[in-house]
Amino acid sequence: MLKDITSFVTGSVRLALRGNRWYFAWIGFLGLLVLWGVTAWMQQVSEGLIATNMRDQVSWAFYIGNFTFLVGVAAAAVMLVIPAYIYNWKPIKEIAIFGELLAVSAIIMSMLFVLVDVGRPDRVWHLMPIIGSLNLPTSLLGWDVLVLNLYLILNLVIVLHLLFTGYHERPYNHRFVVPLLLLSIPAAVGIHTVTAFVYAGTAARPFWNSAILAPRFLASAFCSGPAILLILFQILRRTTSIEIKDEAISKIAELMAYAMFLNLFLFGAEIFREYYSNTHHLIHTQYLYSGVDGHTALVPFAWASLICSVIAFLLFLFPATRRNLVTLNLGCLLIYAGVYIEKGLALVIPGMTPDTLGEFYEYVPTLSEVRVGAGIFAIGFLVFTVLCKIAIPILQEPEDRVAGAA
Amino acid sequence: MSDPDREYDSAEENSEHRVDRRSLLIGGGLTAMAAVAATVAGSSSGFVERLLRDRFEELSPERKAEILDELEREYSRRFGRDVEVADTAPMEGVVFGYGLDIARCVGCRRCVYACVNENNQSRDPQIQWIRVLRMEKEHGIELAGSNAYYEPAEVPEPDAFYVPVACQQCRNPACVKVCPVKATWQEPDGIVVIDYDWCIGCRCCMSACPYGARHFNWADPVISSEELNPKTHYLGNRPRPRGVVEKCTFCIHRVREGRYPACVEICPVGARKFGNLLDETSEMRYLMREKRVFVLKEELNTQPRFYYFFAT
Repeated sequence: MLKDITSFVTGSVRLALRGNRWYFAWIGFLGLLVLWGVTAWMQQVSEGLIATNMRDQVSWAFYIGNFTFLVGVAAAAVMLVIPAYIYNWKPIKEIAIFGELLAVSAIIMSMLFVLVDVGRPDRVWHLMPIIGSLNLPTSLLGWDVLVLNLYLILNLVIVLHLLFTGYHERPYNHRFVVPLLLLSIPAAVGIHTVTAFVYAGTAARPFWNSAILAPRFLASAFCSGPAILLILFQILRRTTSIEIKDEAISKIAELMAYAMFLNLFLFGAEIFREYYSNTHHLIHTQYLYSGVDGHTALVPFAWASLICSVIAFLLFLFPATRRNLVTLNLGCLLIYAGVYIEKGLALVIPGMTPDTLGEFYEYVPTLSEVRVGAGIFAIGFLVFTVLCKIAIPILQEPEDRVAGAA
Repeated sequence: MSDPDREYDSAEENSEHRVDRRSLLIGGGLTAMAAVAATVAGSSSGFVERLLRDRFEELSPERKAEILDELEREYSRRFGRDVEVADTAPMEGVVFGYGLDIARCVGCRRCVYACVNENNQSRDPQIQWIRVLRMEKEHGIELAGSNAYYEPAEVPEPDAFYVPVACQQCRNPACVKVCPVKATWQEPDGIVVIDYDWCIGCRCCMSACPYGARHFNWADPVISSEELNPKTHYLGNRPRPRGVVEKCTFCIHRVREGRYPACVEICPVGARKFGNLLDETSEMRYLMREKRVFVLKEELNTQPRFYYFFAT
């Protein structure tokens, strides 16, 4: 057993260290981005969060927006697991593991975004159960820490088991993996619901304090997560011998169309309530879509997000455009951009603008924040790339693997 | 204004605290292992207590005294003068309440600066626990149209009135509920306090507070030695480190010794009232009986102990 583990680890390291020119160019590019981000973060650590443009009025912003978006990406792995393992739908089952690899990478990124956002990174251990003082059951962020860690561990265990057995060309243990996979479905819904509740439970911020925030989070996540995977699948089937059928890709695109419909419908319901009731609380939505008293920083982003989402919905709705790879990929990019803005800047910032006493502080991120964010995304892509690099040969047929190694 | 050589250098303080805490953490880890062993052997007494000993709320009186001593030595060394760090306990049978007469307030902001001086708020970047909102008489009480940055030649202005806002010391504090690490809590006398050595700076409490009462140390707070108020309380006005949240504590170091908060003392028009809500003869109970009081954002059910009224 120990020998099996050592050979798996050394084999994996060997797989990660081997590759063509493009692979190393990509790794090098990500490495530079990481360096760019880490140097900005070190500056932030030495100065304090004054290096950001967050202030008392807008005390959460770019970092927490990215955190929220990435929790959604992680949750979306379930989008592939449900059809793959519950309905035993073969074309997706073969590729569902990539959803889990993405979930692992996205969770790591989202945790890093929390880490760079806290004022005292040296004290994050206070969040650990037992040795810290996690404030359960009342703190939603406390619950979020718990479920995110559980989700990460769950996905790591599943992925490692599948890769380990695959590496040794043994069948995976059905009775071990399937219950864990089934558990990962409510866990995925759980992480995004709890993250939504962090906002929705905040009575002081009417923009967030909405019962349909959690359903909206889930609907938009089920668009953005698979959008990344659809593009990855096309790269994989071109560059490796892994077979990914058109059928699987257009099925996922169809599911995304339903999710985007739900997302737009819930958005419409929220907009109706805000504008028709026309209370003081409307000011946050107005700040987002039309600006208030010359404060218009978010307006172009808000409309760009909405337009991207609507076009993507139409592209995925019609079978002709979702089967055409050009329009499909365009749709993926539009969805990704649309949801990134919607769950990032357009959720967190208008919730805090104007602040609880009516003051407008117009937030735009500093270069330092953008650099730290880029660095974290680069770390996430690095993790994802290396995990895929290890997984691909293992998932390939044995004869391909021999051919690939030669 | 401030002498850079003697400025409050909290980075130094923090690194020392961190070392202290890390060693405790390692100690905690060993304790955990010992406790696990003990649990296996059938006894687990004191396990949680030992692990959580670093949270001020749960420290033994001896350990508290040690920590206060350490802090006093440290602050005294840094500011070059004697600094006292007390942890005066709440008084039996006392729950504090605050009253603010909007009809009298002239918007002079003396309370803002008295508070800054009394409670050692950072001068650079500026932190102010009290925010005075200017409102139009034409519109009445309306936070949405208020302005905290008014600079007229003189106050009060004929068409405006002023509503100072600070921590409302809610009976049902949203900030305490959301804190993920129990770094903020409500004391028996109703004061909501923060342990600056336990706060992780996640700012959940700032999102949750409907009154903008909580402030974050975005950079190292700067106070000169001459400006420092050396009489401090662990849960109140002691010098804060960077990266943590702070807010009004009703001047916990004064009121627990039977004195008025600094803002009440300084107010030139007597707009600010303070007293024991449990004492029927107190000024607070008198004005609640004789005047008509209200609270801000009552629909949020935060149930502030900070009452506004119009007495004249």
